[in-house]
Amino acid sequence: MADDRDLLPSERPVRLLDETGSPVAGASLPFPDPERLLAAYASLVVGRRVNDQASALVRQGRLAVYPSSHGQEACQTGAAMALAEGDWLFPTYRDTAAVVARGVDPVEVLTLLKGDWHAGYDPYAHRVAPQATPLATQLPHAVGVAHAARLRGEDTVVMALCGDGATSEGDFHEALNFAAVFRAPVVFFVQNNEYAISVPLARQTAAPSLAHKGIGYGIAAERVDGNDTPAVLAVLDRAVARARAGEGPQLVEAHTYRMQAHTNADDATRYRDQDEVEPWKARDPLLRMEAYLKRRRLLTKARRAEITDRAEAVAAAMREGIARDTDPEPAELFAHVFAAPTPQLAEQAELLADELSREGH
Amino acid sequence: MATGPTKLSMAQALNQALRDAMAEDETVYVFGEDVGPLGGVFRITDGLTAEFGEDRCFDTPLAESGIVGMAVGMAMNGMRPVVEMQFDAFAYPAFEQIASHVAKTRNRTRGRVGLPMVIRVPYAGGIGGVEHHCDSSEAYYAHTPGLTVVTPATPADAYFLLRGAIRSEDPVVFMEPKKLYWGKEEVDLSAPEPPIGRAVVRRPGTDATLISYGPSVATALEAAEAAAQEGRSLQVVDARSLVPFDDDTVCEAVRSTGRAVVVAEASGYASVASEIAARVTERCFHSLAAPVRRVTGFDIPYPPPKLERFQLPSVDRILDAVDDLQWEDQ
Repeated sequence: MADDRDLLPSERPVRLLDETGSPVAGASLPFPDPERLLAAYASLVVGRRVNDQASALVRQGRLAVYPSSHGQEACQTGAAMALAEGDWLFPTYRDTAAVVARGVDPVEVLTLLKGDWHAGYDPYAHRVAPQATPLATQLPHAVGVAHAARLRGEDTVVMALCGDGATSEGDFHEALNFAAVFRAPVVFFVQNNEYAISVPLARQTAAPSLAHKGIGYGIAAERVDGNDTPAVLAVLDRAVARARAGEGPQLVEAHTYRMQAHTNADDATRYRDQDEVEPWKARDPLLRMEAYLKRRRLLTKARRAEITDRAEAVAAAMREGIARDTDPEPAELFAHVFAAPTPQLAEQAELLADELSREGH
Repeated sequence: MATGPTKLSMAQALNQALRDAMAEDETVYVFGEDVGPLGGVFRITDGLTAEFGEDRCFDTPLAESGIVGMAVGMAMNGMRPVVEMQFDAFAYPAFEQIASHVAKTRNRTRGRVGLPMVIRVPYAGGIGGVEHHCDSSEAYYAHTPGLTVVTPATPADAYFLLRGAIRSEDPVVFMEPKKLYWGKEEVDLSAPEPPIGRAVVRRPGTDATLISYGPSVATALEAAEAAAQEGRSLQVVDARSLVPFDDDTVCEAVRSTGRAVVVAEASGYASVASEIAARVTERCFHSLAAPVRRVTGFDIPYPPPKLERFQLPSVDRILDAVDDLQWEDQ
């Protein structure tokens, strides 16, 4: 049994940069190296562009809905960058930017919201599980994937994402407990953005912080300023390294903020004041990172332009890909219910095919 | 694997099936509550931890959603988990995992991620169990697209259906009738394995067909025996597989007699028995001399032990239903 103090998070969220992008004095973790920071910056810019492009596509009626992680890109970037190629990511519906940062084509990710199918990408191709909609239900799966890998002697780490609301679900509890008991190499990364649709954090928990929940399971926990990209990277890098080294599951809570409504279908003015949102604009992860990189003279104009161009290219490919008429095939409705259709499904498929042929399809 | 006929209870047959599957395939993992050193409250996993080690058969924390959820992850990652829900009604915390993930993952991922896993559920009554230990929960699973649902009525079927379930590329909810765990029968483990999805005629008959499954098959057979003494020949069909359902065997049987009674222990409203009655009516209408009858449990929460005999389909109730099949029109 670990010492209690090793399991508790630090008294304040770990920070490497203050809100102006200046390094804080006496930081508890070293800065990631400059190349890693530049790569993270590029990922932030792309992530922001993906978020805003997807929201625009909703306004144009191309996507049904988009739960944006605008303002949470440091967490999205960190989650993907902390993993090695053979690791797994378990995202939620708000983690599109993280899935893209892991290498999945944004158009494939948005298949769900475009309405062509449910999960649009191959989970095995990039080791990214389908984005989970029912809260916290993906967390026990993450434990299972990690446990299976560990049984085979692989050094895979699984990064399991969820939000503050999900920490109230039973599956959050069960997953953390199972992971701890089986010492499964899972990093549970909670993006606390203060809201579960309309309900503020105070209605989800009376704990001192969500990271404090770790000690109840015997899980080492840390909290980090979720808009401080170097800090998120440093904390997640350490958590992944510890999980990989066999130190058991880790819990990381990032303090961030949902800058926009839950989705475009939600009206945030019904439950929060704009006064509350304003200060968070100054804490924007991109601005902070950019200020730091400029101060350190790491971000040249040419590099910045190159990154912006890349983000624009991603956005253009999204617009083009989403606009493409894909016309999902009705017969496919029966194709993936079982490995082979049952006689009953074969009969129903025939019924639909007959209906369609009479309609002249 | 044993060869030639052996006398086995259903519990022993299930244990043998797990043992043989684990020996044959090292990706088969067994876990759940008390399934380790204890061997499960019904001893279905008896000796597996000792034989295969505590990695292959292990106890988990007491949390059904976690058990099924972890199995989903292991199945995603190359394993064939077989998990035990301790009792029918204790599986309900896992229902979200089962309905939202176990059943849907292949479909959600467009066929890219199949979940070869088995959820074993000891179910139904007849053992004098107290509340929350005797539910017939098969309709919840059978109603959920993406789940294969099977239920054996004999030790031999228990063995072969479980082997088939573990080999299946799809998730299988394996419903084990608790009251049949201990009855012994000759089992030939080297016999050819009946595929999942096939019903079987348990007793030939010419006057009417009793369609049943799991715990009620034995009662249907008793009823057929009693009817024979009164000069009426009842055929008994054991559906065995609720999903996929063997319409061909069931309908061929019903057409041969022209009369049918569906016998099942679960409450009748919106039940598997209702589905079978509807399917038979739709498919065999012109061969039927009488409406299809159902003999099921009442639409009440499962009764306390001293009253449960009133809930279970009985020989008399089955024979009364058979008497109602408009014989006067013959």
